[in-house]
Amino acid sequence: MLIGLAGVLAVAAPVLFAVVGETITERAGVINLSLNGMILLAAMGGFVVTYETGSLLLGFLSGMLIGALVAFIVAFSSITLHQSQVAVGFVLALACRDLAYFLGVPYMNLPGPRLPVWSIPLLRDIPVLGSLFFRQDLMTYLSYIVIFLAWLWIFRTRPGLLLQGIGERPAAAFVRGANVNLMRYVYTIIGGAISGLAGPAYSLNVKAGWMGIQSGLDGFGWIALSITIFGGWNPLRAAFGAYLFSFLQWLGLVLQARLTGIPTQVLQVAPFPLMILTLLLVNISDAEWVGRMLAALPEGTRRRVAKLLRTMRASPPAGLGVPFESE
Amino acid sequence: MKKNIWINIGFQAGALALALLITTLILVAVGAPPFKAYVGILGGAFGSTNKLVAVLISWSPLLLTTAGVLITFSAGLWNIGMEGQMTLGAIFATWMLRLLQNTALPPALIITLGILAGVIGGALWASLAGALKTFGGVNEIFGGLGLNFVSTALTIYLVFGPWKRPGTGSMSGTQPFSRELWLPTLPNTELSLWALGLSVLMVVAVYFLLRGTYFGLRLKAVGKNPKAAFLLGVPTWQYCMFAFLLCGMLAGLAGAIQVTGVYHRLLPNISNGYGFLGLLVAMLINYQAIWAAPVAFFFAALNVGSIQLQIVYKLDSSFSGVLQDLLVLLVLLGEGARQRFLRRQ
Repeated sequence: MLIGLAGVLAVAAPVLFAVVGETITERAGVINLSLNGMILLAAMGGFVVTYETGSLLLGFLSGMLIGALVAFIVAFSSITLHQSQVAVGFVLALACRDLAYFLGVPYMNLPGPRLPVWSIPLLRDIPVLGSLFFRQDLMTYLSYIVIFLAWLWIFRTRPGLLLQGIGERPAAAFVRGANVNLMRYVYTIIGGAISGLAGPAYSLNVKAGWMGIQSGLDGFGWIALSITIFGGWNPLRAAFGAYLFSFLQWLGLVLQARLTGIPTQVLQVAPFPLMILTLLLVNISDAEWVGRMLAALPEGTRRRVAKLLRTMRASPPAGLGVPFESE
Repeated sequence: MKKNIWINIGFQAGALALALLITTLILVAVGAPPFKAYVGILGGAFGSTNKLVAVLISWSPLLLTTAGVLITFSAGLWNIGMEGQMTLGAIFATWMLRLLQNTALPPALIITLGILAGVIGGALWASLAGALKTFGGVNEIFGGLGLNFVSTALTIYLVFGPWKRPGTGSMSGTQPFSRELWLPTLPNTELSLWALGLSVLMVVAVYFLLRGTYFGLRLKAVGKNPKAAFLLGVPTWQYCMFAFLLCGMLAGLAGAIQVTGVYHRLLPNISNGYGFLGLLVAMLINYQAIWAAPVAFFFAALNVGSIQLQIVYKLDSSFSGVLQDLLVLLVLLGEGARQRFLRRQ
């Protein structure tokens, strides 16, 4: 059981990188919809670089580089060229995916290097918590740190406040002297680099190697994008979403061994209806008919339901996806 | 004015050239002879009558998904769920054919009912994404994508479960239907003029729907500015739902045609990327229905041609995808650069 849960934390690492990176990007007001393909490309690229050079570090760096490059294209096309972020992001998602499958063919199904486990002395001996949190690999530790740092940066520092500003009210941030578009570039690229880590964190750790379409990574980026929404653009809540998702996935695997009646493929797509359901919960309080229904409820129940809906609700940064022009 | 036309052509040509340059570099990087590869694609698409027929067979579903997505794009909606809608069309068509295949009904009627069932299946799946969007606030991109994955799982479940071939289920799909239940084809080919005619007809219909009708005009108003449209008395959410329904019907039709006209059975991955490709075509033609037919034909040719590439040069056939994606990406970027250039002047 404990080993299983520790596995959940390790499996969640790529999801966390993807989600935290996207949270930072979207906080700045840019949607990087390319995540699904970009992560596949980073997974393939990271694996190939490590396979050729033998260096895990270079593998992870190349994943970040791919993430940053793709994010740069998103930023350039939307900020400088005023093209639809959704259109460019979607095309990039397809392009990177096809590119990953095309370029990865010679490296399919090779035995790959894998990140070693580094348990932390002293901390690992704490009962329960030690074997849960501190007998992991470097990437899993890094994922804890990234969540915390991202949260600290956004909500507890001055530049973080400005970051919130350029996503919420870019015009106001501009008046106060912020170079909105430059900062959007910077945060999109940083966010992309962090999300890019998700690729090698998967192909060099969670499921080592590159297996083309069989890698089981297609769809991962879309899940990460919806967890970003579920997380309400807050790294902590997003991390909760990522862990919850990984836990449910693990539960599915455990159940699969018990319930032989359900075909594997059906359980494999279980995350997707779940994704729709969570998005429904997060957004439904905005729907007009919900408001009308609520008004019809008796006062006490109405308050409680409204409160429940409010806690689940997540509203995006007001300037998300809206280009900013200083003139 | 005349100068602007040349500027437009210049930027378009530049985007195409850049896309070709990048794919050429990619080919060089994997050690393939670029020129031979391009010639190989052309040969693979147009080298013989059989290959041309294959292009036409692949053209038909792509025409339908492109036409469908032009409707939802007009309403400002991203119907990424077309893959799933097409799959549901295929499932419903298969279901109807299985239901009626051993009855005394005339085959022509069974096929017609099968295609109608497919249309309904696609529309139902699309209305699910539409309802999630209009009543649940779930962005249609995520709703549609989620439903795509669900539809794939449903197909696999059916192929390996209730509808499996006698013996064991396999990835090659369900038991093929008997010949009477195939859409009639031209002699010695697998090309069904019914499928092709229906697809072309639908593109023409969508062109006139969007261009020449009151409905099309109001749909575009919803797409351009939903608030203004609503204030002017357009029932906004009804129009969005209707756009989803129409698009789903066309995608479902495409799925039903794959079952009745091409594969004659249900396969895993029967949508084969045509839904996504339809989105790409629509973006490439800048949402102008008039260009749908030729560009979809070109994309279909790339798809078929790259199969040859795999056989001759051992290059993965995902190369056509790379080429198509980069083409669309650079045309989008080129369009942005052109607008920026004109603003500057």
